[in-house]
Amino acid sequence: MNILIIGASSAIATATARLYAQKYKANFFLVARDEARLSALADDLKVRGATAVTIKVTDFTDDAAYPQWIEEAFTAYKTIDVTLIAHGILGDQEACEKDVNKMKEMMFINGFSPLAMLTELANRYEKQGSGTIAFVSSVAGDRGRSSNYVYGASKAVVTTFLQGLRVRMAKLGVQVLTIKPGFVDTPMTADIDKSGPLWAKPEDIAVGIEKAIVKGKHEVYLPFFWRYIMGIIMHIPHFVFNKLSL
Amino acid sequence: MANTYSSWGRYPNRIQNGCSLKRREDDLSSLSALSKNTPFLPYGLGRSYGDSCQNHAGYVVSSAQLNSFISFDSEVGILRCEAGVSLSDIIQVVLPQGWFLQVTPGTKYVTVAGAIANDVHGKNHHTVGSFGNHVIQFELLRSDGTRLICSESQNPDWFYATIGGLGLTGFITWVEIQLRPVKSANLDTENIKYNSLAEFFSISEESVESHEYTVAWLDCSATGASLGRGHFTRANHCQKQYGPIPPVNTEKGKLSFPITPPLSLINNLSVKAFNELYFNRQREINKTAVTNFDAFFYPLDGILHWNRMYGPKGFLQHQCIIPKCNAESAIKELLEVISASGMGSFLVVLKMMGSVPSKGLISFPSEGATLALDFPFHGAKTLGLLLKLDAIVSAAGGSLYPAKDARMSAQLFQQAYPDWIKLEEKRDPNINSDFWRRVTGCQ
Ligand SMILES: Cc1cc2nc3c(=O)[nH]c(=O)nc-3n(C[C@H](O)[C@H](O)[C@H](O)COP(=O)(O)OP(=O)(O)OC[C@H]3O[C@@H](n4cnc5c(N)ncnc54)[C@H](O)[C@@H]3O)c2cc1C
Ligand SMILES: NC(=O)c1ccc[n+]([C@@H]2O[C@H](COP(=O)([O-])OP(=O)(O)OC[C@H]3O[C@@H](n4cnc5c(N)ncnc54)[C@H](OP(=O)(O)O)[C@@H]3O)[C@@H](O)[C@H]2O)c1
Repeated sequence: MNILIIGASSAIATATARLYAQKYKANFFLVARDEARLSALADDLKVRGATAVTIKVTDFTDDAAYPQWIEEAFTAYKTIDVTLIAHGILGDQEACEKDVNKMKEMMFINGFSPLAMLTELANRYEKQGSGTIAFVSSVAGDRGRSSNYVYGASKAVVTTFLQGLRVRMAKLGVQVLTIKPGFVDTPMTADIDKSGPLWAKPEDIAVGIEKAIVKGKHEVYLPFFWRYIMGIIMHIPHFVFNKLSL
Repeated sequence: MANTYSSWGRYPNRIQNGCSLKRREDDLSSLSALSKNTPFLPYGLGRSYGDSCQNHAGYVVSSAQLNSFISFDSEVGILRCEAGVSLSDIIQVVLPQGWFLQVTPGTKYVTVAGAIANDVHGKNHHTVGSFGNHVIQFELLRSDGTRLICSESQNPDWFYATIGGLGLTGFITWVEIQLRPVKSANLDTENIKYNSLAEFFSISEESVESHEYTVAWLDCSATGASLGRGHFTRANHCQKQYGPIPPVNTEKGKLSFPITPPLSLINNLSVKAFNELYFNRQREINKTAVTNFDAFFYPLDGILHWNRMYGPKGFLQHQCIIPKCNAESAIKELLEVISASGMGSFLVVLKMMGSVPSKGLISFPSEGATLALDFPFHGAKTLGLLLKLDAIVSAAGGSLYPAKDARMSAQLFQQAYPDWIKLEEKRDPNINSDFWRRVTGCQ
């Protein structure tokens, strides 16, 4: 099995890569900007059973480079069975409200950069006619909340894009999976109080991602109960929702 | 607010600030949270019960993000990994390839660096010694940016100070350990119901050569002639090869204690009932079985966060070692004091430790009998009982295990670990812990 992981140094992506190394002895093409962490992950995956690991160091602010390394990935392995896009930033909502450049930065990294990658990837998968494209979105994209609507919007852009791409790809036998984690204990959320019972570990999310891929799902909430939580949140009438400080 | 960097006993239960080192190449100065004037302390998975993994005068620096394997030579069983890799991760990767840890404590949710810092011991101490005896080398990162590769031949003084060094000599970034081959994921176990303390010592003695693993669980509700009665478990790794060892999933089917109940669920009644039931669970005197490694080594890991059942006040563990010559009399005295106090312990574990010398300057393991007890915290009553136990330990020339301690006196510590002064000389000037300040007064 050949896997392309974009944003491979993210905690959720790392946990997923480890699972695929242990379970499938997969081949990996890992893309991220942090060379030290990326090569540490490459060694780690080999110990865990990966057959081959290739790494690519690049910053996703450099969108001109995307076609190049996507090409490299497909040259390395001919077919890519699974692509996982996992990079992202949580950003600072308040800063985004005050500074339009901060807002644009977040929209770029979380929103436009995956869209650009997906556009390239879709054309390749179209030719390939098989495999999975999976993107780590977020429950935050389901409804804008005052505490993080810029982040939410940046994820919603991709979620909506994928809804359409899914239909286009379904005819060709390509799975398009939108992953919506709730609260996950990762470096991204290091500064947030984790006292509530809703926090999951990246390893739990990885298990859910692999299951959703195997089952050919379109969309998955992780852990599952977020489907119900978001179901409720999305159905709160505006006049009530507007009074909640969520 | 929950305390992400708490200790296992959650006594004392206070918020601990912390941050994590992102890459093993990073210097500690890359951590913006740390400042020159406040000390920090390395932190693993917080499975130490008391305050040896706490530093309320400053930060703890977690190894949570240093969780990658570096290399594994499956021909010879040498594993190199980052400091924050847990024993559970290691087993998952190496067991299907026919290897196992040389030494494991009673939980697999500890980091390799944490296992070194407390020089942890297992049920096979009498055959292989403690964790530090199987460490080949590691890298020690000091707060001034110096990196020392430590082994018995390279920087040996730092090697010996860091094993059992309670995290005080520097931050371990990676570790290389020697594993042991196994033919199966199972153990041949034998459970013997015995009726007195004297019997415990004789079974221990007769098992030293024949069984790699030995441990006993004691019924703390027993008194008089049955004082010290319990179940003696002894085991060896299965020697038969049943084909390849299947993949290991150490997380599957685990229950979790999800919340902290407002009151401790452990009280005198439940302890007494549990102990009686447990003692009588087996009718025959002697029962043999083939037991999976997970059930054998880590029965308590079956319920994640079981420490929460002791309620918000937390609990205290008291683990001592009594030198062999005084073992029988002192253990008897300890059990008598506990049973007279009416404050039973939920779990009482007794084991004979062997003569393999520990490498660490102030390692806890040494030859003798080790007794471990858990008590829910009930204020002065609990502390008073523990002081009585301390007096017996002290008079018998014994010591308490820092990894399990939140309250021993400076005097008892310094008497039991005279080499603490040498460790103090090697302590990183920017590292300190609540424990170290408490038992040495060093700031
Ligand atoms: C259920 C249970 C059963 C247990 N059974 C046993 C047993 O049978 N035998 C036994 O010996 N112990 C036992 N213990 C205790 C446990 O093994 C030790 O406390 C162990 O050291 C905890 O490791 P940790 O990774 O959680 O480290 P922590 O508790 O977080 O830290 C322990 C020490 O390691 C230091 N440390 C952590 N990381 C680093 C690093 N990167 N560099 C330098 N220092 C570091 C810390 O400063 C601290 O001094 C048990 C604990 C539990 C909860
Ligand atoms: N944690 C949660 O609660 C949660 C919930 C829902 C969804 N998610 C989503 O899950 C995904 C993974 O996040 P995580 O929780 O695993 O956190 P994480 O470990 O912080 O991962 C985020 C990753 O994005 C990378 N990244 C950010 N900007 C980049 C850039 N310009 N170029 C290259 N890489 C860049 C980061 O690289 P560096 O390491 O080099 O900074 C990091 O590896 C994200 O898309 C996040 O939005 C997370």
